Amino acid sequence: MWLTRHIGPAGWTFLFVLAVVATAVPYANQLLPPDHPWHASSYVVGLLGKYLTFALLALSVDLIWGYCGILSLGHGAFFALGGYAMGMYLMRQIGDRGVYADPLLPDFMVFLNWQELPWYWYGFDSFLFAMLMVMLVPGLLAFLFGWFAFRSRVTGVYLSIITQAMTYALMLAFFRNDMGFGGNNGLTDFKDILGFDLQSDATRCALFVASAAALGLGFMLARAVTGSTFGKVLVAIRDAESRTRFLGYRVDHYKLAAFTLSAMMAGVAGALYVPQVGIINPGEFAPANSIEIVVWVAVGGRGTLIGAALGAVVVNYAKTVFTGTFPEYWLFFLGGLFVFVTLFMPRGILGVADDLRRRFRRPSAPSARPADQPAE
Amino acid sequence: MRLFCACAVLLLSLTALGNARADEDLRPLVDALGGGNFRETAGAVADLAATGNPAAAPVLELLRAGDLYTRRSDGVVVRGARAGRDIALSDVFTGEELETVGRREARQIRVNNSLRRDIDAALGQLTLLSPDPRVRAGAAQAMFNARDSAALPLLEEAIAREEEPEIMERLILARAAIQALHGESDSVRLEAIDEIAQRGDREASALLATVARDAPPAVTEAAEAGIAAIERRLALWNMAQNVVFGLSLGSVLLLAAIGLAITFGVMGVINMAHGEMVMLGAYTTFVVQEIIRTSAPWLFDWSLLIALPLAFLVAGAVGVAIERGVIRFLYGRPLETLLATWGLSLILQQAVRTIFGPTNRQVGTPDWMTGSIELGGLSLAMNRVVIILFALAVFAALIVFLRRSRFGLHMRAVTQNRAMASSMGIRTNWVDALTFGLGSGIAGIAGVALSQIDNVSPNLGQAYIIDSFMVVVFGGVGNLWGTLVGAMTLGVANKLMEPWAGAVLAKIFVLVFIILFIQKRPRGLFALKGRAVDA
Amino acid sequence: MAYPPTTDAILYLDGVSVSFDGFKALNALSFLIDPGELRAIIGPNGAGKTTMMDVVTGKTRPDGGTVLFEGKVDLTRQDEAAIAGLGIGRKFQKPTVFEHHSVFDNLLLALKGNRSPYRTLFARLGRDDRGRIDEILGIIRLGHVREEPAGALSHGQKQWLEIGMLLAQDPKLLLVDEPAAGMTDAETAETATLLKEIAQSHSVVVVEHDMAFVRELGCRVTVLHEGSVLAEGSLDQVSADHRVIEVYLGR
Repeated sequence: MWLTRHIGPAGWTFLFVLAVVATAVPYANQLLPPDHPWHASSYVVGLLGKYLTFALLALSVDLIWGYCGILSLGHGAFFALGGYAMGMYLMRQIGDRGVYADPLLPDFMVFLNWQELPWYWYGFDSFLFAMLMVMLVPGLLAFLFGWFAFRSRVTGVYLSIITQAMTYALMLAFFRNDMGFGGNNGLTDFKDILGFDLQSDATRCALFVASAAALGLGFMLARAVTGSTFGKVLVAIRDAESRTRFLGYRVDHYKLAAFTLSAMMAGVAGALYVPQVGIINPGEFAPANSIEIVVWVAVGGRGTLIGAALGAVVVNYAKTVFTGTFPEYWLFFLGGLFVFVTLFMPRGILGVADDLRRRFRRPSAPSARPADQPAE
Repeated sequence: MRLFCACAVLLLSLTALGNARADEDLRPLVDALGGGNFRETAGAVADLAATGNPAAAPVLELLRAGDLYTRRSDGVVVRGARAGRDIALSDVFTGEELETVGRREARQIRVNNSLRRDIDAALGQLTLLSPDPRVRAGAAQAMFNARDSAALPLLEEAIAREEEPEIMERLILARAAIQALHGESDSVRLEAIDEIAQRGDREASALLATVARDAPPAVTEAAEAGIAAIERRLALWNMAQNVVFGLSLGSVLLLAAIGLAITFGVMGVINMAHGEMVMLGAYTTFVVQEIIRTSAPWLFDWSLLIALPLAFLVAGAVGVAIERGVIRFLYGRPLETLLATWGLSLILQQAVRTIFGPTNRQVGTPDWMTGSIELGGLSLAMNRVVIILFALAVFAALIVFLRRSRFGLHMRAVTQNRAMASSMGIRTNWVDALTFGLGSGIAGIAGVALSQIDNVSPNLGQAYIIDSFMVVVFGGVGNLWGTLVGAMTLGVANKLMEPWAGAVLAKIFVLVFIILFIQKRPRGLFALKGRAVDA
Repeated sequence: MAYPPTTDAILYLDGVSVSFDGFKALNALSFLIDPGELRAIIGPNGAGKTTMMDVVTGKTRPDGGTVLFEGKVDLTRQDEAAIAGLGIGRKFQKPTVFEHHSVFDNLLLALKGNRSPYRTLFARLGRDDRGRIDEILGIIRLGHVREEPAGALSHGQKQWLEIGMLLAQDPKLLLVDEPAAGMTDAETAETATLLKEIAQSHSVVVVEHDMAFVRELGCRVTVLHEGSVLAEGSLDQVSADHRVIEVYLGR
């Protein structure tokens, strides 16, 4: 099968661990009594679910950065757009249970004295339509943005900077009340999804399993892509873009395809994130968020997919610990992590592990070891 | 306007003091003001105006303010001021205190709106012939406002006599205002409308609007055309004002971006902590002011000048430390540099937050930077003007420094051909460190300026980093002139869009424009061409 | 150009000019390569050799002039990928192989075939393709390192790998920029043999500095100077040309 052809032993291990987590956590939440030491509270389930969506997001960034050398500093925008699409569905599900009890309009629209639903809110009462938008909206934005950028050969830091400008512009736009996305406060106060109460433990567990499944599927998809000749072309582009072009590959088409796919994955991650944290607001578009995603990937080890997912979980776990115990030091830690990883661990956790394993197996390092730092 | 009148009256009263005999001639006319009804009072006002005696002006002013009373005992008109339940009376001309009487002993002379207009016109007439040019100027303005056709003969006389061209102009305008409204023939009115349209401010526009109401079609048409002309002119001034605002914003962008133009543009280092260098400069200003406030308050006006070199040193030193400690290991790996410096920016922000607290810090503005300058239809805030000039000065100084100094030569040598420069005996390590320090130091200087117009908080730098990159990329990397043009263009474009799009949307438009622009010209406005950049 | 030129030449350049910031890299350059021909192009530094290749492969747009491939396709209107698709392959002066890919994958990527993203996403490696790659590995003598990453190869091996990639691409016209640069004498001789072999079934243009290598090729030589053709003929002919001597030795 195409999807499983290139997964490899490490990949299967990853999927296995993921499957174990996806069963163990709901089990620990639903079936173990609350006083059991292994019981997972609904808070923990939500937290882990959030990590999984971040892992999927990191995977999407690794797909283009690790394999194609496109450093997007605006991937948070695709994540947020997917989140908003989901948020709009959840808003419409509230129906007349809002504070103002308007059967059609979300609370914030009533508050702003809007008389009718804006046209772009139509259709979001349907789950299927919303899910379609979760992928289509980020995908379309990425396609348009990439079509312009890659065709005119904007590369390297220039591309990074304009992706950052893109998410910054979107943040400013979504802060505006006139946009019809709740302005400053964003979308929140969700009640239920597909008729299931969002506050209930069972729904939370279901969302957790869905996130794990999405991550697993995303991973398989990413493996299939990167393992194919298509993926080899991506790496070729990363290492020697103009050489690839002289071989007859349309570099812009490849980048565009990878970028769009990656944006859609980020959108799905955002859509799973929103019901688990219960809110989406323009802060998700902040350029700083997008840069943070890149660090998850760098910490885990870019160009490995597994490393990206691992990095997302590790860094976010550290964030949870730090902000819980000594919040003032979180930014010191995160900032230090950026510096440390780029200076001393350019291949991330997986890279270090790989080095240790090689050293253990073959004491005299063979000369044939590749330069792991991609040329830029 | 009122201020002008009051001024005129004040001057008049000074001249009036030495003119007691003339006052006595006016007494009967003043007493007639207390005639009993508005019409009689109006008649008396006209009589007073007809004397042309400047001493009558303060009396009329008192009347206008409602300070004139008729003493019931003898019918003499006096000045009165309420003192509790009683009224203190004094002489209308000399101000000499007479007596304090009960409320029933004196009757206030009341004025209505029509009477007030009569009084204004009369005041205008009285002062038109004053020997003091400022008084005459004020009077001309009063006539313009009153538009009383009765004053026409007097105006003509004043015009015949006037020698100051400026006042003459005003008088003619006042005459035009009257003629436009009350001219006996259309041709007179049309001519007058023309004159008013020339004046071209809001007042003239309002006047023409009055003229246009119930007038013969030809006059209405001319008045409307005049209004349109005035509106066009005002729109032009408005545009000019926005351009100035834009240049002001542009100079802020220039200040923030110019250091980046060196580190990113010349060295190719993506320094995401650049905004934090700006922030350090702003906090240096804050610290300098705090020290001055507590130990040497008389130095406050000099605080910014003292802060400038210190901010340069602080930010520059941090810059050198960053280059030596982190960036030099990452040359040739721009994306890694970007991430590492972003990490540094987080650390610097948090450090400042820990030391100074997360809230905004108050940085004062020296006296010489407050106030504003009026220039034609423009009003320029002093601190903005200073910042525009300062930004240009920093830019010029930098250009000269890079062109003329030995260090500038070395710097250009290293950026063009590192290996060659090194073999010529240039210590490239030091040039790198100092170049980075220079860029950072300039960011620090920018922080001093920005502390005057923005909140000094740990997030100050974040607000500028994206804009700065936009400016440098838009202007063309490696080209300081491009940065100048880029900053000013983006600043002006932003401010020109703001009136119809709003501040946020204007900013979004600018960002989208730059994103599209980079597609068209990936190397910016002033791109270097040639084989070197293809590599 | 009032009359569209008709030519049998595989590569036809007429009056091609390129300038960078006022510097004329190519100055009304005209020459043609016949189908199946092996041609060496020599010239001092800055003669415009690399720029000529950039123009032919679509990297640089000329300011003026005509560049025709196979007498009909105007190359100045095509981009790099399209030109490669037409059948023009290029080897760079500095060997550029995909360092992270194995030798095998480098050849796989170069292998003639559909280059569309959709195809590469679902393509499976066929028996024919594998056989062809093995064959090329034999020709370029890299069979023993087929699974090694290309970044680990020696300089000379990288040069050969790149020539191998050209073979895999199977273009009608090969542009080879200084294939012998940085090679030992033995490697240089072997490279010359390899190129002559290739030239039997392809048109090849070799840009070279090394006169010994050019002599080894034993083909027609074009001398470029300041962006235009100075002389053309056999190596002995052009070496006797006093203008060529002046350019190389004089001043």
